[in-house]
Amino acid sequence: MMRRGVGQLSKAALSRPLPRRERCYSTHPPNARLNKPIDYGTTQLLAHSSKGPALGNHHEIPLEVRNGATRKMNLFQAVNDALGIALAEDDSVLIFGEDVAFGGVFRCTMKLAETHGAERVFNTPLTEQGIMGFGIGLAAQGMRPVAEIQFADYVFPAFDQIVNEGAKLRYREGATGVHAGSLTVRMPCGGVGHGGLYHSQSPESLFTHIPGFRIVMPRSPIQAKGLLLSAIRSNDPCIFMEPKILYRAAVEQVPEAAYELPLSKAEVVKPGKDITIISYGQPMYTCLSAIQRAEEDLGVSCELIDLRTVYPWDKETVFASVRKTGRVLVVHEAMVNAGVGAEIAAAIQEDPETFVRLEAPVARVAGWSIHSALMFERFNIPDIARIYENIRKSLDY
Amino acid sequence: MRCRAIRRLPLQRVVVPIPTSRAACAASSISQRPNSDFVSFPGALKSAFTSTLKFEHPGSYTALPTYRVVDQHGTVVDSSFTPDISDEAVIKLYKDMLFISIMDLIMFDAQRQGRLSFYMVSAGEEAVSVGSSSVLDFEDSVYCQYREQGLFKERGMTTKEFMSQLFANKNDPGKGRNMPVHYGSKRLNIVSISTSAYAAAAALSSLKLIEAHAPQHTVSSPLATQIPQASGAGYALKMQKLQNPNSKARVAVCFFGEGAASEGDFHAAMNIAATRSCPVIFICRNNGYAISTPTLDQYRGDGIASRGIGYGIDTIRVDGNDIWAVREAVKRGREMALQDGGKPILIECMTYRVSHHSTSDDSFAYRARIEVEDWKRRDNPITRLRKWMEAKGVWDEAKEKEARESLRKEILKGFSEAEKEKKPALRTMFEDIYEEITPELKAQMTELRDMLDKYPDEYDFSEYEGGKESLRE
Repeated sequence: MMRRGVGQLSKAALSRPLPRRERCYSTHPPNARLNKPIDYGTTQLLAHSSKGPALGNHHEIPLEVRNGATRKMNLFQAVNDALGIALAEDDSVLIFGEDVAFGGVFRCTMKLAETHGAERVFNTPLTEQGIMGFGIGLAAQGMRPVAEIQFADYVFPAFDQIVNEGAKLRYREGATGVHAGSLTVRMPCGGVGHGGLYHSQSPESLFTHIPGFRIVMPRSPIQAKGLLLSAIRSNDPCIFMEPKILYRAAVEQVPEAAYELPLSKAEVVKPGKDITIISYGQPMYTCLSAIQRAEEDLGVSCELIDLRTVYPWDKETVFASVRKTGRVLVVHEAMVNAGVGAEIAAAIQEDPETFVRLEAPVARVAGWSIHSALMFERFNIPDIARIYENIRKSLDY
Repeated sequence: MRCRAIRRLPLQRVVVPIPTSRAACAASSISQRPNSDFVSFPGALKSAFTSTLKFEHPGSYTALPTYRVVDQHGTVVDSSFTPDISDEAVIKLYKDMLFISIMDLIMFDAQRQGRLSFYMVSAGEEAVSVGSSSVLDFEDSVYCQYREQGLFKERGMTTKEFMSQLFANKNDPGKGRNMPVHYGSKRLNIVSISTSAYAAAAALSSLKLIEAHAPQHTVSSPLATQIPQASGAGYALKMQKLQNPNSKARVAVCFFGEGAASEGDFHAAMNIAATRSCPVIFICRNNGYAISTPTLDQYRGDGIASRGIGYGIDTIRVDGNDIWAVREAVKRGREMALQDGGKPILIECMTYRVSHHSTSDDSFAYRARIEVEDWKRRDNPITRLRKWMEAKGVWDEAKEKEARESLRKEILKGFSEAEKEKKPALRTMFEDIYEEITPELKAQMTELRDMLDKYPDEYDFSEYEGGKESLRE
């Protein structure tokens, strides 16, 4: 019954041309002053030319690398570049996961199997717990595995291996010296406009409750390359979360040479004196747009911090900034309840020297405490207007 | 099946690349000969067509046979069998089994007296662990579940090391973090590595993997998690051999019970080991029970062995109470695991869990005492080897008595020494979370120390090595 109904419907639909319409998931309100689409082509967060650095992005990269050749890369190409470097410099690096051999469903592993061999870049059966267990076994045996979970939404079958095994291995093994520190797990995360319940999630705060792993999320191709190389070379196991909406959207001039960016170190991307805005990953762009609007409208100066590593996170940089500005706003895509913002807010009020400098309550702009429903994404993920309003509220307090 | 279409949606353009590598092309190069009896479906290459509608019924297959060398009377039933080791070596294996069974009795009682927190005996399963261990290479990487004490003993773990772990004292390599019976050791494996061979290999190559070790992995409580890890370890060993052909060929070995085989990790591990052709030997101890759950509630197929075939894995079922059968199977399995560039092997050892599951379990709540007594009397790996040794004239009642007494003394001595040792330094609770102690953890260490300073009567840290001073930064 059902099948026939669908068949008739599609036949009927095909018989006349579909009306031309804008895609409903990518439109923006025509009269919006705040909620305009992010213009990745002009945002100051990306280095659009090899001359003149983007916001942040240059202090930690060695001079010879910065002055060397650069190439225009989007985020997936920067990830690919980092993986290629890692494979070339260390024979113990292996890359595996579902569909990585042909280049990956997001193209992050393009050409790596051809260049480095099918023994080092290979597909696994479709089993996340298997991928994670396999990776931990490789790491314990002295290899340097880089596992891919196709979407962060599908990491949950591997949770036991992450929480009980990968995170605890060094602790449990004690004096035997065995650990899974050479393991890196990459996973695309975050909203993409139409990913619905299982192609949108940002489960980073669940990982931040697990001592043992470092949880990293880059905001741009330059950051992705440096942080991913650090994660792979690190002797602590790392979960590297890639905001998939940036895979093609974020394009910048990335140094071709290898370089590392420090883990567990936040970056003050834009200095300011009236309020501190802390974020990571894609919302960094939303924050910057909101900041620019607020600075114009309200005549204030906002400091923007990219946490980069959400656990163990860089308290000192955050505290120093909040002590200076007295106001703070934490922005993330993942739902607000027990999110990264909760930990940061608690730590800020817990630190006596920082607490006494607070001029307003710590505010959080994050996803609502709901699941990432397909048709409601634009009302759920923090947007420019909500960040702008919270900056205003904090300053008015 | 997850929605692949949605996976691609974030991309602005969907470009399906033309596969260029040989591996990528293989899947699409299946051709069908004209009038072939076989289907060229990519999912089952050699399946012949049939016009008979017939479901395969598990009951129409006879159970896989159980391989044995020596029967329960100690008589050799495999006429092709000749012992491959000296009488002295057999006696050593026998004493290893005896050691474990005597230690089990002493420690079980000690737990009952409240002198240690927990214990698990391995009565009835000594031949599986000792027998397997005795034919593995010392550098093979081994993953255990928790009822393989015999393997640690056979590999040379000392009484002091057993007791240090059980009492979680300062000599415990696990630094007092793990429950009793969660043994692990580094020394057992690296001691025999030929350092000159490794140094020579290191000189030829800059590979970091030269530093690789073959650890006797520390036991962890979550069941079956070690199985896919063993697959990964097997793949690592295969890669290390490929990248350094002068190095020794090694396998990974993984033990687990039939209950653990119901976990998803078992499935993941078998499948990934088969598809990546990993040299790994999976050894299942099928002892009839997972705590209170009999195998009838655990599975309805022909045990664990029948599953191996489904994964494309060479499989055998052996009598786990026959140390010779275990040895022959594991020895042959190891050779096979290293053939053809490496492949997995599954060995199901049939045994009976004579003991309670652990000190927290009274098994007579779910099984008849008579059943247990029957197994103890009728068939037992230790008495079976003893009968074989006695028939051969290398063992007798006097030797048995002497061995039991000296082992008992040795264990009791180790027991009382380990019990008196200090516990690990308090600082070790904050170490090894990361490679280096993080600022957050340093702050927490200081916070704990301040508490011990301010409330000295609320905490007893006298039994910890170095007292509270170790918490000082």
